[in-house]
Amino acid sequence: MVALENTDTVGQSAGMTIDVQTVSHSFELHGAPLPVLDGVELRVEPGELVALLGPSGCGKSTLLRLVAGLEPPSRGRILADGRPITGPDPSRVVVFQDPTLYPWRTVRDNVALGLEARGLLRSQGHRIDKALALVGLAGFEKAYPHQLSGGMSQRAALARALVNDPRLLILDEPLGKLDSLTRLAMQSELVDLWRNTGFTGLLVTHDIEEALFMATRVIVFSGRPARIKADLSVDRPYPRHRGDPVLTELRHRILELLGLAETW
Amino acid sequence: MSLNDTAAALPAANGGTLPIGGLLPSSLPLRFSAAALLWFAASGVTALWPDAADAQEWERTGEFASLLVVAAGLLVLTALLAAAIHPAPRSRLESAIAGLSASVPWLIALALGVTGWEILTAKLNLLPRPFFVPPQALLEVYLDDWPRLLDCFAASLTLLATGYTVGSVLGVVTGVAIGWSRAVGYWVHPVLRLIGPLPATAWLPIAFFAFPTSWSASVFLIALASGVPVTVLTWSGVAGVNSAYYDIARTLGASPRFLVLKVAVPAAMPHVFVGLFMGLGASFAVLVVAEMLGVKSGVGWYLQWAQGWAAYGNMYAALLVMALVCSGLVTLLFRVRDRLLAWQKGMLKW
Repeated sequence: MVALENTDTVGQSAGMTIDVQTVSHSFELHGAPLPVLDGVELRVEPGELVALLGPSGCGKSTLLRLVAGLEPPSRGRILADGRPITGPDPSRVVVFQDPTLYPWRTVRDNVALGLEARGLLRSQGHRIDKALALVGLAGFEKAYPHQLSGGMSQRAALARALVNDPRLLILDEPLGKLDSLTRLAMQSELVDLWRNTGFTGLLVTHDIEEALFMATRVIVFSGRPARIKADLSVDRPYPRHRGDPVLTELRHRILELLGLAETW
Repeated sequence: MSLNDTAAALPAANGGTLPIGGLLPSSLPLRFSAAALLWFAASGVTALWPDAADAQEWERTGEFASLLVVAAGLLVLTALLAAAIHPAPRSRLESAIAGLSASVPWLIALALGVTGWEILTAKLNLLPRPFFVPPQALLEVYLDDWPRLLDCFAASLTLLATGYTVGSVLGVVTGVAIGWSRAVGYWVHPVLRLIGPLPATAWLPIAFFAFPTSWSASVFLIALASGVPVTVLTWSGVAGVNSAYYDIARTLGASPRFLVLKVAVPAAMPHVFVGLFMGLGASFAVLVVAEMLGVKSGVGWYLQWAQGWAAYGNMYAALLVMALVCSGLVTLLFRVRDRLLAWQKGMLKW
């Protein structure tokens, strides 16, 4: 909210600190509890871009839902800037694997969603165009989602998040459904966005190369229930190079951690 | 209707050529002339062939024959215009004429149908009277009984609009409430399940003594008939909304009110319109039955009254207008839907 006072700063925000304190979580499945997170302990500093990596279905996405405030954790607690998270908040915005744009709204009206929901459309409406320009969608304001390609839809979803000046951007496999070329291009774009703004980023991905190319830290999870197996710092400058031998070495280590060393 | 639209759009899209059904534009005037000829023939049969000697002579035969001549004349005019615009339509009128060419088979069939009808009834008296009447008997009704007919249609439309509006609004509200709230669903769902499949007309005997007037009873029945499908479809639409839509809105700071009005309702709209369409059909049926059995005005009452006097001409005349009005109302509903749901792909054309 504080960031919104300054109306000319789409994509300028102070990052948020996230403190995950011994969080465990389980679902009900056929009457029996199914543990998905087990004693997760994680601190994310302002402005970090942390990738969460782990086997499919291990519970990474669940952790993101807890951080977003969409569900409360079964045990433990999560602090945002030192205050416990009790529900969703526009300072913590999620971008899902599916763009989930509302098909009945134009691109512009989709991006306007957050401002409209909080009654800020009239005073802050001009930020929509800036957000669209930021993701390279200027000129597509009046298009409907079914007229967009996968990459463009995901850009629109990104603009819908960024227009709110989130202090934490939660990315749940945001590039997972894109073709590989679009995906590589958007990895760089996301990194640029993150570097130019200053939000804290949490990125769930299956793609080791993507994690290493983008993140400042990579957290490797075990299979379900997810425990943190390793916390690797990726201390390389941006823009990064995919052929960087340090990244290659880290990739080897992560494959080992995931039990896939024999594929090296 | 969509066929005409497509045909009218074709010339522009193809830069002036007109390959409708593989027909060359040069045959257009000829086709219109053929249709005109048949309408002249229909008129000639009506006017010149004397009515069967073993029965009463029909009134308004001359007027009906004139009407057929007018139709034929219009077709002659169209044929002339079509000859003038050959080979490529340029103006809107010309495109409209080119588009009309798709209807020529229908114009021909109608002329033959009217002629056959005329011969079988008035001219040869082959069909049992008074159940079958010639076309001029319908014209007679329109010319002589139009004030009463107009009154009846006005009464019916008022009743229908009132009942359908009440039913649709309540249906959407109930449907959203069931789909949204577990508590409402718990209480309303069993009631809906029990009562929903019951035809609204089954309530007729109760409704007519439970309500102060037969008019308000009919509003209740029409509202019930249209409300049930609208409720069920709205509910299914709301229940089927992608839960990620809610997650997105919630993380962006949406209130529950916003989630209902700006997420659930618009997402359910395609379903709601299916319900509105089904409800409209059901409300036509209930309207006529209610007017036949209780309300002392309206089309249903008119049909009943006409049958009581064996005035079958009046009945057919009313049925014809009713068909046009009902079809018009459905068309109107689809137009509204097309406008509101323009964001959807692959919509059914009415």
